[in-house]
Amino acid sequence: MVELAKIIDRYRNKKGIVIPLLQDVQELYGYVPKDAVFIIAREFSLHPVDIFGILSFYSQFYTAPRGENTVRVCLGTACHVMGSKQILNFFMEKLVVKEGETSKDGVFTLERVVCLGCCGMAPVVTINDDFYGRCDIKKAGEILQSYGKTGDNK
Amino acid sequence: MKNISKIIVCTGTSGISAGAEEVVRIFEDELRRRNLLDKWQVIKAGDRGLFKDVLIDIITPENGRVIYEYVKPSDVIKIIEEHIVNGIPVKKLLAGKNYKQFFKGQSRIVLSNCGEIPPENIDEYTSRGGYASLEKALKTDPLQIIDEVEKSGLRGRGGAGFLAGLKWKFCREARSDVKYVICNADEGDPGAFMDRSILEGDPHSVLEGMVIAGHAIGSQEGFIYCRAEYPQAIKRLAAAISIAIERGFLGDNILNTGWSFEVSIVKGAGAFVCGEETALMSSIEGRRGMPKIRPPYPAQKGLWEKPTLINNVETFANIRHIIQKGSDWFASIGTEKSKGTKVFALAGKVKNTGLVEIPMGTTIHDIIYNLGGGPAKRKVPLKAVQMGGPSGGCLPSSLFDIPVDYEAISQKGAIIGSGGMIVMDAKTCMVDIAKFFLEFTASESCGKCLPCRVGLKRMTEVLHEITEGRGKDEHIDFLQEMGSTIKNASLCGLGNTAPNPVLSTLKYFLDEYHAHIRERRCPAGVCTNLINFEIRPDKCTKCGKCYKACLSGAVEWKKGAHAMINKDKCIKCKACLEACDYMAIG
Repeated sequence: MVELAKIIDRYRNKKGIVIPLLQDVQELYGYVPKDAVFIIAREFSLHPVDIFGILSFYSQFYTAPRGENTVRVCLGTACHVMGSKQILNFFMEKLVVKEGETSKDGVFTLERVVCLGCCGMAPVVTINDDFYGRCDIKKAGEILQSYGKTGDNK
Repeated sequence: MKNISKIIVCTGTSGISAGAEEVVRIFEDELRRRNLLDKWQVIKAGDRGLFKDVLIDIITPENGRVIYEYVKPSDVIKIIEEHIVNGIPVKKLLAGKNYKQFFKGQSRIVLSNCGEIPPENIDEYTSRGGYASLEKALKTDPLQIIDEVEKSGLRGRGGAGFLAGLKWKFCREARSDVKYVICNADEGDPGAFMDRSILEGDPHSVLEGMVIAGHAIGSQEGFIYCRAEYPQAIKRLAAAISIAIERGFLGDNILNTGWSFEVSIVKGAGAFVCGEETALMSSIEGRRGMPKIRPPYPAQKGLWEKPTLINNVETFANIRHIIQKGSDWFASIGTEKSKGTKVFALAGKVKNTGLVEIPMGTTIHDIIYNLGGGPAKRKVPLKAVQMGGPSGGCLPSSLFDIPVDYEAISQKGAIIGSGGMIVMDAKTCMVDIAKFFLEFTASESCGKCLPCRVGLKRMTEVLHEITEGRGKDEHIDFLQEMGSTIKNASLCGLGNTAPNPVLSTLKYFLDEYHAHIRERRCPAGVCTNLINFEIRPDKCTKCGKCYKACLSGAVEWKKGAHAMINKDKCIKCKACLEACDYMAIG
């Protein structure tokens, strides 16, 4: 809570603050907790619905806790043409999750992303901040294994 | 310092993913260990725009530049021992024919620094003419600068292709105490990555363009709205901004002229529609990124209701060259109505993928076959090129002879747009591509206009029906009618252009739609429901690639015999179809 108050103080008396403020809050907690929304709304005399509206509009805001690692499969045009849908399917099957979900053991959150801007090495998968280019199902399996955990829910 | 030799390592996103940081580290450690650091300098440059994993240039006064590609951390010692110590280049790792072919046809102006200089190092930038244009511009009358930009014929590189100089003029003429300059770095078009490379490889060029623009229109505050998917670009921009302030190129009292201009970075939060200028400004103001009706245009009433100049990254990066070399020089490049060069992001089923900067007027064929080296798989012919991302269209290979020029391309149903160029071959299904883009725009529609919000969804549903084997003939009429309604009845560029991928594929690839609907067949072998997963003996060459690709043990094959697919074991993952060069699986 002290940390949250510090973030809020940084943004007082400035304009256009809501999005960067929420980004900082997400940086702190890994997602934007509901309680934080009400506190921010109160501090800045906003209606909570305006903040929730922003959270649901932008795809990079999360309102629920996430897994330890985030697997992102790029489904940009180049990756799509090079067959990234199969890779996404592979991860969904392997981690027993749908897009946007976290594996039961809390190790991986699976996401689709549209274009990471490195189309020359399509199809691209990222885990956290690491990029893996020219992926196929085989390589995807190896990447998961390299994290030491399979993410299996069994 | 003159005699120092350089080792340039490209550390763009692709380089880093292939171990570039590790390569740099080993070079530095080894050179230090051998006491060679006084003669050799290791430089971390940005992205050069060619995806050959780790690229390294070794530049010596004696031998000039030697280029290596696909360098692995384990190769570094060999390079040091053979090349750096003994002066004999490592033949095996030298950049090959493709590298030369890729760069030979380019005229790099905007990208001239990308992959050549360490992006954070302002001295390297100024030693190559950086900030000289700013100095010149600050001594020039703003009206004259605008005139120069207008005469150059530079058009916005973000998509719509509006004359940059005209926009500047409108902003200059707008009366207000406060004006803003915005750099649109929300490069959302899937398949375009030139802005990322410019920001990562040469951030100062963008800043310089923005300050010049600020001086020209009379603005003292600028914003760079960068998408959050580009963390590396944001990091390098922030570093560039602080050093530029330190050196007096930015901030208060720029170059002691009394002129001040501040720039701040605004990080996007993941919404494609925010690339649209009015939506982008709503987002900076801290709201949902919803577009507004134009007019009033941003030049009259933009950010916080103040006159705002909004240009794209590549547009700003062009400015310093125009100021330095003059509008006549710039206007001498390109075609009658499209001047200068344009950076394209060449990707997909082509041999050399990466950023190509070519003069306007170059033919698509030249880009794909000369620079791109032709089809990625020799045996699978190219079928189409998708230009302009979700707002653009697919052009068939029969139109590859047309030049890239704003008017010529849009006449045929695609757009230059932000410069994405995705090459497709016989194994790409055009109906599937249309569905892909529609799914994207439908999910990114902000929801303000009903035709876009609901219409795109309905179109996506119909495309699902077609690709899943439930297509009907009347679906085609529906797509056409709905497409033109959405185009005409939506407020912003997203809705106005979202149906283009469908309309252009209907125009050029109607036969593929018919194959899906009437024959329940996907000619390209992409739509899973329409594939039987059977080997066609007439096309099978008994090569066994499908056998090696199958992970579930469903493909049976022995040397010299046709492959067979055991349907009980097949999970329809299509790995075999990917692997087959002969389209023998249907």
